[in-house]
Formats: sequence, C-alpha cells, structure tokens
Amino acid sequence: MKRLPLFARLVLRELKRLGRTPLYLFCMVVAPLACCWFFSSLMSQGLPSELPVGLVDQDATALSRSLARHLDAFQSTAIVQRYPDVASARRAVQRGDIYGFFYIPKGTSRQAQRQEQPTVSFYMNYSYLIAGSLVYRDMRTMAELASGSAAGTVLSARGASGEQVTALLQPIVVDTHPVGNPWLNYSVYLTNIIVPGLLLLFTMQITVFSLGAEVKGRTARRWLSLARGSMARALTSKLLPHTLLLFVTGSAMLVYFYQVLAFPCHCGLGTMLLVMLLSIVAAQGLGVLMYAMLPTLRLGLSFASLWGILSFSLCGMSFPVMAMHPALQGLSLLFPLRHYYLLYVNGALNGYPLLGAWPYVAALLAFALLPVLVARRLRRALLTIDYQP
Amino acid sequence: MPMKRRILNYWRRACRDWNRVFLEELRRIVRDEGVLVFCLLLPLAYPLLYAFIYTGEVVRDVPVAVVDASGSAPSREFVRRMDATADVLVAARCADMDEAQRMVRQREVYGVVYVPEDFARQLARGQQTHVSIYTDMGSLLYYKAMLTAATDVALGMNAHIKAEHLGATTERQAEVAAQPIAYTAVNLFNPQTGFAAFLIPAVLVLILQQTLLLGIGIAAGTAREENRLRELAPYGRLSGGLLRIVLGKGAAFALVYLPMSVYVLGVVPRLFSLNQVGQASTLALFVVPYLLACIFFAMTVSLLLRHRETCILVVVFTSLPLLFLSGVSWPGSSIAPFWRTLSALFPSTPGINGFLKINNMGATLPDVAPEWHWLWGQAVVYFLTTCLGYRASILASRRRHIARHRAHS
Repeated sequence: MKRLPLFARLVLRELKRLGRTPLYLFCMVVAPLACCWFFSSLMSQGLPSELPVGLVDQDATALSRSLARHLDAFQSTAIVQRYPDVASARRAVQRGDIYGFFYIPKGTSRQAQRQEQPTVSFYMNYSYLIAGSLVYRDMRTMAELASGSAAGTVLSARGASGEQVTALLQPIVVDTHPVGNPWLNYSVYLTNIIVPGLLLLFTMQITVFSLGAEVKGRTARRWLSLARGSMARALTSKLLPHTLLLFVTGSAMLVYFYQVLAFPCHCGLGTMLLVMLLSIVAAQGLGVLMYAMLPTLRLGLSFASLWGILSFSLCGMSFPVMAMHPALQGLSLLFPLRHYYLLYVNGALNGYPLLGAWPYVAALLAFALLPVLVARRLRRALLTIDYQP
Repeated sequence: MPMKRRILNYWRRACRDWNRVFLEELRRIVRDEGVLVFCLLLPLAYPLLYAFIYTGEVVRDVPVAVVDASGSAPSREFVRRMDATADVLVAARCADMDEAQRMVRQREVYGVVYVPEDFARQLARGQQTHVSIYTDMGSLLYYKAMLTAATDVALGMNAHIKAEHLGATTERQAEVAAQPIAYTAVNLFNPQTGFAAFLIPAVLVLILQQTLLLGIGIAAGTAREENRLRELAPYGRLSGGLLRIVLGKGAAFALVYLPMSVYVLGVVPRLFSLNQVGQASTLALFVVPYLLACIFFAMTVSLLLRHRETCILVVVFTSLPLLFLSGVSWPGSSIAPFWRTLSALFPSTPGINGFLKINNMGATLPDVAPEWHWLWGQAVVYFLTTCLGYRASILASRRRHIARHRAHS
C-alpha cells in the first residue's frame, strides 16, 4: 500500500469507507435505480387509459345511445356507470368513483330534429388535473362530433357532397405538432426529469454526508494529513469515487430510457451522458458548498434535502418557470436540475446542438467549481469543529 | 383498603412515568436542531414557498412566433384572435419557419403557429384548410395553452364562415344550422383549472407525514446516540411500562402536530385563497386518525434506523414516489395493482385522497368513510408494531443489563 502514489492511496481509503457503510451504496445505486424502475413502470402506459366516467342519459333515444357508445370507444375514457340524475352522478365524482360525467337532458333528440338547438353538458373533476384534462378532451370531441353529425345530416339533405359537408362543418382545422414527444407521453416528460432529479438529490446528500461523517467519526484531521494538508487533493480523491459510481447509475438510467424504453433522444445518447456527468459534478460542487456553509451534519443534510426537493418544482418541468414570480425565475438558476432540464429539452427533445446551449453548460461547470470558493472555510470547519451529539 | 390504595398508587406512578417520557421527548424536539428544522421550520415555511411557486395557477401569454405565409385578411384575423386569447402572446412574426425555429432554439418563444400560403384561397373556395402549431414539449402546459388558444380561435372563426356559407336569413338560424346541438363544459371543484389547486392540497398532507417521519426518526436516533449501547429505550431509567413509553413519546409529537396541522391544512389554503369548501368539523375528525397513523408509522420506522442522519437519507427521496402513488397526478385508476397495494401501507395515500375530497370537493365524513376507516386501521396496526418493537428493544436491553451485571459480580 505504501508503494502506491499518494492520490491512489486516498482513493483507496475512500473506497474502503464506501464499502463499510451500506448506506452509500443504497443512496448512490440501489435507491436511484429502484426509483427509475418505479416511475417507468408506474407510467408505462404513457397516457392513462380507460379513465372511469359516468353517463346521465335522461333522453334515452337512439341519438343518446349512439353518443354514449362513441364516448365509450375513446381510448382514455370508459363509461363505468349510468346515473339517473345529475345529483347522484355528482356525488359519485365526490366519492372518487368517476372523474367526470356526460349529461344528456330529456328531449335532446326531439329538439335537435326540430332545429331548436338543445344543450348537452359534461362535468369533469379538475382536482385531478391530468385525469380532468383527458376526460375534458374526450367529452368535448364527443360533443363536437354529435353536433357535426346532426348538422351533416341537414346539409346532406340539402344536397351537399361529402367533401363539401366536411369543409362546411370545419373550414379551419388545427394540426398539432408536439415537437419531440408526438404521443404526448407523460412518462417521457415526467420520468425523464424526476429520476435524474432524484439522483442529483442523492448526490448532494451523499456529498454532505461523506464530509460530515469524517467530522462525526473524528477522522477529518487524519484525512487531511494523509492528503499532506492539501484541501484540493483531499476533496478530489474523496469525491472522485462517488462521481464514478453515480455516473454509472446515471448512465444505466439513460441507457434504459433511450435504448430500452426508446424515449426520444434526438441529440444522441453521448450528449445526454455528457450532460448527466456535468450535472453530477455540479451537484457535488453544490454539496461541498452546502457543508462548508452549514458544517453540522444534520443541518448540512437538511439543507441538501430541502434544496433537492425544491428543485423538482423550480426546474420547471411541470409548471413552467416562465409563469412564476420573477424572483423565483432568478432563484431557479441556482438549481443544477434546472440546467439539466434545459439541456435535456435542448438536446434530447428538440435535437439542437449542445453548443447552442452553452450558458447552461457553463452554469453547471460553475457549480462544479464552487468548492474553490469555500476551500478555506471548509478546511477550518473540518479541523476545528467537534461533532456535537 | 389496601387494594384500592394499590390501584391508586399504580396509576399515580404510571402517570408520573408517562409525564416524564412526554417531557423528555418534548425537550428533545426543542433542543435538537435537526428535529426543529423538520418539525417546526419545514412545516411552517415549505407550504408558503410551494404556494408562492404555484401562485400563478395557470400559464398565461405563452410567447409564440407566427409564420403567416398567406398574408391575407382572414389569416391576419386568425393571428389577431390568437394574440387576443389569454393563453398565447404573439411575440414575433417571422418570414419563414427557419427564422421561427431559431427563436425557439434561443427560448424566446415556446411554439410556432404556421398559416399556410393557400389559407385564404381554400376558405374562399369552400375547402378545408389546415393551420399548424408546433410546440416545445418541455412542459405540457405550453402545449395545452397553444392548443386551447388555437382550437378556440378556429371554432370561433368556423362559426362565422359557416354562417356565411349556409346563407341563413337570421343569425339564430345560422347558429343552429352550424351547431344543431350546443354543449357546455362544467368544471367541478377546480374552477380555474389551476395547478396550485390540484397540487398544493396533496403536498400539504404529504408534508405532515414526511416531516413526522424525519422528526421522529431523528429524535429516536438522538436517543440512541445518547447512550453507549445505542439502545432506544435503555433499561433501568424507566420502571418498565411499555404503554407509558410509546404513548408518552407519541403524545409529545401529537402536541406539536395538532396546531401544526391546523396551520398547514387550514390556514395555508386560506392564505393563498385555494379551494376550501370542506367543513371544519369533518376535517378535524379526519385529521385525527391521519396524525395517529403517521405518528405510529413513523415510530415503527424509527425502530429500524440506527443513526439519526440515516433517516434523512432514507426518508426524503420517498416524497416523490409517495406523491405519485397517491393518485393525484397520475390517475389512481391507471396505477397497477401491485403499486396500489404498496401504496396502501402509507398513511399519505388515504390521507391525501380523503383531504382532497373534503377540502376540494366538499365531501362529508360518510363520503370518505373508506379512507377514514383505513387510516384508523393503519393507526391501530402501526401502534401494535411500535409496541412490539419497543418491547423487543426493552427486553434486549434488560438481557444485556443482566448479563453485564452478572459479569461484574
């Protein structure tokens, strides 16, 4: 062991420490991969299908029956129950039995035949936002189709050709092109960010934990003297094994996403691997800063945890940063996950080159260089602070 | 009356022991920085932060670029109407798609509206014409905003065009001919279709469970680290009495969390004027089993953790999977049976669903009976597991104590 170069000896020391505490392996490999499996299996359908909805059919004619049949044929919704009136259907929504219902009042078909423009209505529960939007989409399409078919009958009777009828009923059609995620797959847009986000959360926590463990175990002085007093050598040799381990986990995730699950990746796997590596190093840099600022293991860990959990909201994957308060827009830049997300949208979703998004790459590199700023403070903390039980 | 005296003495001692455990635990909550952060600071500050983040509720004025290849009166009308919607803001008019794409790449706009060259010509001939929208899929809300705006504008213009073509004599006649069956969409329980109204209630309920897990876990870790053998309930300092220890510790956290849950579930939604249609009494009756289930669940979990920092690493990340398992975001009806069974183990699942029904949808206690009963069941089961765990811990401590005593004598 003596013959090994100094740096290798330090790395070896850290590897032994990692081996002694199973918690390290749990946080760096087991838990992130378990979460990867959990989220991709939970949302493996991509889009929820067969959402339970109800039907209140007080008309009970051929028209209303055909309406119900069509609604049932949509992929996202399934009519599971019929209710005699709106009040009982509403209670079913309240109980959570159904996400919404379609209401066809008495006399609808008679009024339609007499050209009296009857009104059908549909109700959906937006307390469940995803379910509510999908139910809304299907029911609105259904209502449009019903109206269209009734109008079509009238127009055909007046002698219009099939093509003319279509053009008359819907002169302007909106074609949508969701760039990069044409199936509107929820898994693509949630799993792709949540799972790497959890990995970055663990990265920050483990960085703080491994520094705090030196103080708690009263080995910090010995560690620094082994590194011949060089904070840079001590830190890099300690964090390099973490980086490698975390990068292996991160790569496994990305390979699983882009090769196995075939999520869209227009920039090539290599670019995303590079982005992942940069983000891990950035999160490590931020972790070092956190411990240097709050050199108590509990407080440092709390800081890393709060920041890590907050990053899921502030990265803008679910609710866009653009719609937040300006102060929060500035704050969002302080989260590595925000930059990971922007680079992912730029590369994997839109297929633009990495160079065009250089500010985000630069930001990640800046995070990685943070330890330089706090090296003196960190050394003082490691040498002087005693663990307070 | 020795019998009566003995019973009285027993109760007196039980109460004294209970009191001591209770006060000791309270002291630990207040003195331990880690517990303080998670049991006081976090439940006080995090809900405010979350509500602040999502306070905009909906995405307004998503900037888009327009490529108007037609350049005619109807196409200008279409673009003008798009700009007038609340969802979309026409931030730029580009000469061609290349220019528009450059703007998307620089994140100046989040989508492109393309009006084809023959837009006006086709409309004039009575043919169907297509407007294309391209959206950045970084967030589904951009897509939703653009789709809503474009669809509404197209439907509005279509109605006019239809009326002209059908040559109806009165406006009403044209309207009926264009749309023989009208429809209305009624948005139940979240009138703004806001993001906060949907996410915040679930997060609030989850915060209570997660901070209890963290607080109780750290307090238990501290208790272990206070004695050399890392025992949770060291023998000798308490004169036995399993129930006194478990109930004493539980009551300390209940004391902190009763006012806390009033604040988190009652005051925070009001502060940010979120939906709040539930009855206070229903809510109070619902929160009691939820807190009990959470406290005993956390005490059971804390039996498994040996160091206080471990608990932070093991608990924090579970917040996200638990939020998804509750079925608020990904619909519960689409969750696989395996995951649904797993989710039933955590108090947060019935807790979130029940709270959502009471708070957002005005459900009464009979409406949430399944969740309410399940929470009571969890409270009882986790109380028993806590007792068993502490019993094993006390017995092990006593064995060690006796063995050491023998070795000395």
